Amino acid sequence: MRTKETFAVYVFDTTTDALAMEAWCREHGVPGRLIPLPQEISAGCGLAFRMTPQDDEKYRSALEASGRKFAGVHSVQQFVLRDQGEERKRDDYS
Amino acid sequence: MIYFDNAATSFPKPPETKEALLAALESLGNPGRGAYMAALAADRTLYRVRKQLADLFHAEDPSRIAFAQNTTQALNTAICGILNPEDHVITTMAEHNSVLRPLYRLEQQGVELTIVPVDTAGRIDMAAMERAVRKNTRAIVVTHASNVTGNVTDLREVSRIAQAHGLLLIVDAAQTAGILPIDVQSQHIDILCFPGHKGLCGPQGTGGIYVRRGLSLRPLLVGGSGVHSFDREHPKEMPTALEAGTQNAHGIAGLGGGLSFLSRVGMGAVRAREEALARRFYLGVRDIPGVTLYGDFGAWEGAEGHCERVATVSLNIGDLDSAETADLLSEQHGIAVRAGAHCAPLMHKALGTGARGMARFSFSYFNTEAEIDAGILAVGKIAEAVRI
Repeated sequence: MRTKETFAVYVFDTTTDALAMEAWCREHGVPGRLIPLPQEISAGCGLAFRMTPQDDEKYRSALEASGRKFAGVHSVQQFVLRDQGEERKRDDYS
Repeated sequence: MIYFDNAATSFPKPPETKEALLAALESLGNPGRGAYMAALAADRTLYRVRKQLADLFHAEDPSRIAFAQNTTQALNTAICGILNPEDHVITTMAEHNSVLRPLYRLEQQGVELTIVPVDTAGRIDMAAMERAVRKNTRAIVVTHASNVTGNVTDLREVSRIAQAHGLLLIVDAAQTAGILPIDVQSQHIDILCFPGHKGLCGPQGTGGIYVRRGLSLRPLLVGGSGVHSFDREHPKEMPTALEAGTQNAHGIAGLGGGLSFLSRVGMGAVRAREEALARRFYLGVRDIPGVTLYGDFGAWEGAEGHCERVATVSLNIGDLDSAETADLLSEQHGIAVRAGAHCAPLMHKALGTGARGMARFSFSYFNTEAEIDAGILAVGKIAEAVRI
């Protein structure tokens, strides 16, 4: 069934920054994953990093303190086909 | 993973590519920098692959082919090496940023630029191209096939315009080298820019540029050449003129493997198979409610008077953002496609997809019918879920 959920989507100036974010999150057990850049944020190509709003709230200050470079964080509604439990699991690779 | 992103880079690579690359890592020295066994082996490898490329594109002789790390480098070399302030240049809305951005930069330095429009199916307006010619027009830069729609450009007509008005013809063969027959002499192509890692089945970091005999370019880079070391100027002779610094001999050896694969199977057979697969996909998705396709598919409908196509099909599903479509395909179906603008912003503006891009499916000889059918099924499932 068509459902939309809200995610916190981090965007970056460069792909290198996106990969640095992923590496840092993996290292520190922060859940989330790389996704294609949602076109509503910016037209074009690239990678973004998304996590649940709850995780964003929990880890944002640590991320900011870590010196990770990101150009912004957007609240984006994204289409999910699975139930929330599975979606949560998919986004949580830690 | 089911890989449908061959317009970005071909995957998997044929066994010839892997074997040649591995053998090169174990045997090659620096090409042009010594006369001992390993250095000569590298020199001979470069020469052999140069010859293979010259034969493939019907160049006058192997020296007209210089290696480059990718099509972008080749296009920058061509565009920046030939145009001067106050020259006028014509290009099209079908172009990739590797053509547009060098031209925009030159525009700031006094080069005049005309960008010819495309129609709603992404076809280049050839009449507008000819009307755009001015007294100071120096060149036409055009893609051989769109990396967004898969439409193949009518090079015969572009070439006619270029010849009729004495213009240089620079062709971006990123989507066609190794796929469509290219004969630079009979097609009157002055400069051809091509990747090694797409249709030619080589590793990334390879590609090249053909420059017609009698034409010389200002190189982007100058430096080590292995010859004329006491001259203050970099040698002007092709291919050395455009090959400053140590060449990617290992990668080029792999590219030679890719070319051997194409010879073994036959370019025509490779092309026929990947086009059949792409057409199978097109026919499978075109009638799914909610699917929008972009490009001129007349040829695959068996209609007359339509452009040829490469094995690329771009689409959107319902009102989904192309990035979400690509993500659902990847996460739920293990299918790799490219979302977004594909670095061709003007084509998306022309087709009205500037805001959400497209999901691009691009196929290869190595895909199977079963993979195509899985792709069709996945598109159908997503389209159905979006409708509910």
